[in-house]
Amino acid sequence: MNRIIRKLLNNTASLIGLLLLLVFILIAVFAPYLAPPLFPDPYQIPRMSWDVEPQPPGFPMSDDMRFVYESLGKPITRDKAIFGTAQGGYDIFYGLIWGTRTAFRIGIITVTLSMLIGVILGSLSAYFGGWLDELLMRITDIFLSIPFLVAAMVLTTILGRGLDKVMIALVAFGWMGYARVIRGSILSTKEEVYVMAAKALGVKDFRIIAFHLLPNTIFPVLVQASMNIGSMVVTAAALSFLGVGAPLGYADWGQMVSFARNWIIGSPGKAGEYWYAVFFPGIFIVLFVLSWNLVGDTLRDILDPRLRGEL
Amino acid sequence: MLSYIIRRLLILPLILLGVTFLIFCLFSLLSPMERLATYVNNPSVLKNPQAAQRLIDKYHLDDPFPAGYIHWLKSLLKLDLGWSATANQPVWEAIMQRLPATMELVLYSIIPVILVGIWLGVISAVHHNDLLDQTIRVTAIIGWSLPTFIFGLLILFIFYGILGWLPPGRLSTWAQYIVYTSESFKHFTHFITIDALLNGRLDIFWDALKHLIAPIITLSYISWAYLLRITRSSMLETLRKDYIRTARAKGVDEKTVIYQHARKNALIPVVTVAGMMIIGMLGGVVITETVFTYPGLGFWAASSAQQLDYGSVIGFALLFAFIMVIGNLIVDISYALIDPRVRLE
Repeated sequence: MNRIIRKLLNNTASLIGLLLLLVFILIAVFAPYLAPPLFPDPYQIPRMSWDVEPQPPGFPMSDDMRFVYESLGKPITRDKAIFGTAQGGYDIFYGLIWGTRTAFRIGIITVTLSMLIGVILGSLSAYFGGWLDELLMRITDIFLSIPFLVAAMVLTTILGRGLDKVMIALVAFGWMGYARVIRGSILSTKEEVYVMAAKALGVKDFRIIAFHLLPNTIFPVLVQASMNIGSMVVTAAALSFLGVGAPLGYADWGQMVSFARNWIIGSPGKAGEYWYAVFFPGIFIVLFVLSWNLVGDTLRDILDPRLRGEL
Repeated sequence: MLSYIIRRLLILPLILLGVTFLIFCLFSLLSPMERLATYVNNPSVLKNPQAAQRLIDKYHLDDPFPAGYIHWLKSLLKLDLGWSATANQPVWEAIMQRLPATMELVLYSIIPVILVGIWLGVISAVHHNDLLDQTIRVTAIIGWSLPTFIFGLLILFIFYGILGWLPPGRLSTWAQYIVYTSESFKHFTHFITIDALLNGRLDIFWDALKHLIAPIITLSYISWAYLLRITRSSMLETLRKDYIRTARAKGVDEKTVIYQHARKNALIPVVTVAGMMIIGMLGGVVITETVFTYPGLGFWAASSAQQLDYGSVIGFALLFAFIMVIGNLIVDISYALIDPRVRLE
């Protein structure tokens, strides 16, 4: 374990990844100070004006909007949109800061749940073998037959809008990879002498799986999980981009990008005048995914015994 | 070999059946009214109880789950997938009308995946840990981390918004007018680039190609970034094999060692991944087509999803699942043809 941490810190790529992650964690933790909420639900992005088109960075809150908040008795803590506003006057900065929390929530919850399902099904399948293995693996094949994004899109459309629906869809079609990986490594481990010894001593099957097999086989799954957090967040953002994800006005990076979609080209003669509407949300998403990928990529290289000593 | 192919072909119908069952389960999550709505081609039917009841009886929508599944399967076999409100035509017709556009996009995207991915992967491995390798690697990781919709918007922003080179859509208005309304333009394949060449219209070919380049790059870059990584690590592993050392010890020159001895063997695992990547591009079709308003299946599916047009979305998922299952089968069989060890398992 120490060796792994040392190598992670020694490798430039993973060090950058870890630092980026740290920044994101700090943003998520200090969100209420960086962007104080105006509404009881902090994930509701405040609007700076009624304008349909995006407004440039530094745009001050419009007078009629100020009047609305004041008449609602809301203290106005920030009156400038420092990253500009998205379509509909939504404050980009606010959406990104609180969207960081959304991203962590989506990533961690969906990856944990899908890993849990995958590990349980995969280890049962490998340990007991026979018809159970055959059945579970065919079910896995069938779930894998629909492209992930398409499956997630269909399920979210059917369940309806909302972040919880998005997460259900991501978990429902995200567990198969873990099941296959854990099945593979348990199949090769279950013939080991120490497992035989445990069996000979009469240790119960579930105890063998939980205390003898899983501790020795879980590592590749954890690496996969760390790399999957980024891709789960991207898929959730993609669903919001397609218009089936987070509800309107919810602090979510994908939604911020989808706000920018109609404005990307700019108006005639002023190409790219709305660059900020896609640049800031884009940079947040890319850096978030990149940080997980950098850490996961190095972790995989470290743990891959074939490449040991090469790094 | 033959027995392997036969075994795989025998499992195929079972998997396809499983896929339809899974999709029917998704369909059953809808309320009965929503399920009815997927078959309605005229909103007034929903106000007319008798007409609605006729539809319910026709499609057995109030049958218990197992019977409902059998009847649903029967209508699937008759290619009756309901009515697409988004396209304002039956779902099957909507699919068939948009399939060529998507096929054209996906087939062209295979070329850069294989050429760029494998080529750069080999270079990266040969120059292991050099500056060149590090650069290629970092570019690949960044590419891998750029979500399709952001990358696509970026391409659109630069190459259309600023430079005005690569417009969205499938054809310019003048070309659309010729292709879809003029009598003289014959449709042979419904791939506009090929039809244009067959009609001898280079201007239309060029116009169609200009519309295709940006979606092709967007759809394929993740696949080639990934393929590059796989090729690189497979090549690195092969270069350390004993027979490579033997070849070098015999005095074979480095070029022959790399391209004749190592590359051939290193590409065996790459073939499977390449197949998977090409199939994996299917998921990216939805986003790519939406970003570039390219009038294919993905664009239609995304607009259907936004408008809660469940019938279209389900039909789309069924089609893509079928393509994916059959695509996987082809990859597996070709893999077995290339690598004899697989057959013995």
